[in-house]
Amino acid sequence: MISAFAVIAVIFVAILVLTLLWVAGTYNALVRLRNQIENAWAQIDVQLKRRHDLIPNLMETVRGYAKHEQGTFEKVTQARNMAMNASGVKARAEAENMLSSTLKTLFAVSEAYPELKANQNFMQLQEEVASTENKIAFARQFFNDSTMTYNTRIESFPVNLIAGIFHFVRRDFFEVAADAERAAPKIQF
Amino acid sequence: MWEQIQANRRRSRMLVAAMAMVLAGLGFFAGEAFAPRGGGLAGLAVAGLILAVQAGIYFGAAESVVLQGVPVHEVSREEIPRLHNLVEEMQIAAGLATPPRILLVTDPAPNAFAIGRSPEKCAVAVTTGLLQRLNRDELQGVLAHEIGHIRNRDVQFMTLAAVMLGTIVILSDLLTRTIRLGRTGRERSSSRGGGQAQAAFLILALIFAILGPLVAQILYFACSRRREHLADASGAQFTRYPEGLASALEKISASSMQVAFASRTTAPMFIVNPFQAASGVQGLFSTHPPTDERVRILRGMAGASLADYAAAYAAAHGGSVIGARSLAEAPAFEKREASGEGPLLGGRAARDASAVLSGYVPVVCGCGLETRVPASHGASSIRCLRCGARLPVPEASSVSTEAPPGSDAPAAPRRLQFQRQGSGWESFRCACGRVMQLSPGFLGTQVRCSKCGSEIEVLPKAA
Repeated sequence: MISAFAVIAVIFVAILVLTLLWVAGTYNALVRLRNQIENAWAQIDVQLKRRHDLIPNLMETVRGYAKHEQGTFEKVTQARNMAMNASGVKARAEAENMLSSTLKTLFAVSEAYPELKANQNFMQLQEEVASTENKIAFARQFFNDSTMTYNTRIESFPVNLIAGIFHFVRRDFFEVAADAERAAPKIQF
Repeated sequence: MWEQIQANRRRSRMLVAAMAMVLAGLGFFAGEAFAPRGGGLAGLAVAGLILAVQAGIYFGAAESVVLQGVPVHEVSREEIPRLHNLVEEMQIAAGLATPPRILLVTDPAPNAFAIGRSPEKCAVAVTTGLLQRLNRDELQGVLAHEIGHIRNRDVQFMTLAAVMLGTIVILSDLLTRTIRLGRTGRERSSSRGGGQAQAAFLILALIFAILGPLVAQILYFACSRRREHLADASGAQFTRYPEGLASALEKISASSMQVAFASRTTAPMFIVNPFQAASGVQGLFSTHPPTDERVRILRGMAGASLADYAAAYAAAHGGSVIGARSLAEAPAFEKREASGEGPLLGGRAARDASAVLSGYVPVVCGCGLETRVPASHGASSIRCLRCGARLPVPEASSVSTEAPPGSDAPAAPRRLQFQRQGSGWESFRCACGRVMQLSPGFLGTQVRCSKCGSEIEVLPKAA
């Protein structure tokens, strides 16, 4: 004869095991999401760095044709330095948006120099900068997707209990300041 | 796209299991018919061997088997940098770890497909006709659609199916040949055992002949039209510009040309069914949804998110297309504006590119006649066929770097140089015979020959 006590004990152990399995599964899923955000951030970082590397070359080329645009060059250099020194998601997003808009001014200025526009070197750099801008936009899109999925997950019941215990905290979005920026930044040719 | 990824895994397992069962049954019965005692076991062993070969092909050489005999060339960054940029943009948008390789198929018909075994090892293939016709936004839409297929693991399933179907076709081909050879043998000898074996072979061949198209039908069912809709939705989401893909689909399906190497095995891989223009019929067994419906859905999207696609699909077609879990996790996107950029390769550039990629050096004479010199043609100059002028074939010249006299230093390795003549597309021959191409955007000072591996120094155009 199986005692009622044994039955209850078995049920209790089963519930305990299932709960532990669920906790482990949820924890792993959260870790995976968090890593995805880290990876997405690393991708943005790579592209931002690439843009910083392209700018000196671009300025050198433009300077050869458009000597009288000293003010624009200074603004770009300043924005680049600020962007390179910024830290933290929010500060960097702001600095990089600033850099994007000064670069737009630079390309708008170069419209006035037909010889510059026909320069092979300039055309290649323009393509690279434009594509890097696109890549930043797409990487940001993926980063924000991942962040939103993660934030929604850690705040919904009952996952929020586990997120609280293991210190999974909300992450910031990579915000876009201006409305014009919201459409993927594009440099017109 | 959780549901789709899981469905593809399930379907792949089912396909392999069905294939194994069919092959085992076939092997057993054919073996029994061939030799009543113990033949069945031998037949099973043969079936096992065939499955092992299929697995070997799938894991080892799926791509080269499916693309056997197709004029395809892997595009390097130096050759078409803008195409690489576009693919990398979409790879980043899709969150894939590495960009897929890019294959260029020399074919005037515009079309595209993706191929490969895992997201890391995939390749997207575009035809030269596609690069000529589509502008940047449209091409981006097409690439996003293909990368959507890669992300949703459709490509893995399609490649697996293509390899399995390909093996069946080869096997049935082999058997028909055996029968033909066997028949000539029978005319010479009249031994009874031979006759039995032939009968068994004949039955086998018949079964394979029936099985081939049957598997093709299963394949056609399996690649449901839904996956094309899902890839369209991903494409719109990645680019945030549904109009690009919509107008690309229109252009591709409006072309009356057909991709030369497309077969019933490979047809489901393409972005637009290559046989659609020829038949014009959308039957029960269509691999793709009607293109005009796909275009209508894309144009009906209010934004660029998965939810917008689902709404447009419901309006145009009725029902739901995207799984509830994917929809719940998808953020909202607005559309972006058109970039207004033209084709990546215009007119002559695309023609030259395809000539170079198929192994010719285009040499243009002052009289305007273009001669295509085959890479295997060793001469350093040719005669223009119209005006008779001697024209040098652009070639990387070797520079001997002699050690200064008296020093004991070993002679430096041979170096190759190429002096640029202009700043546009330029082709030249490496010392080993391989044709190399520099794009207008090439800025580097060195290229590496992909055949012999030697570094070639590129000197800028002489002032």
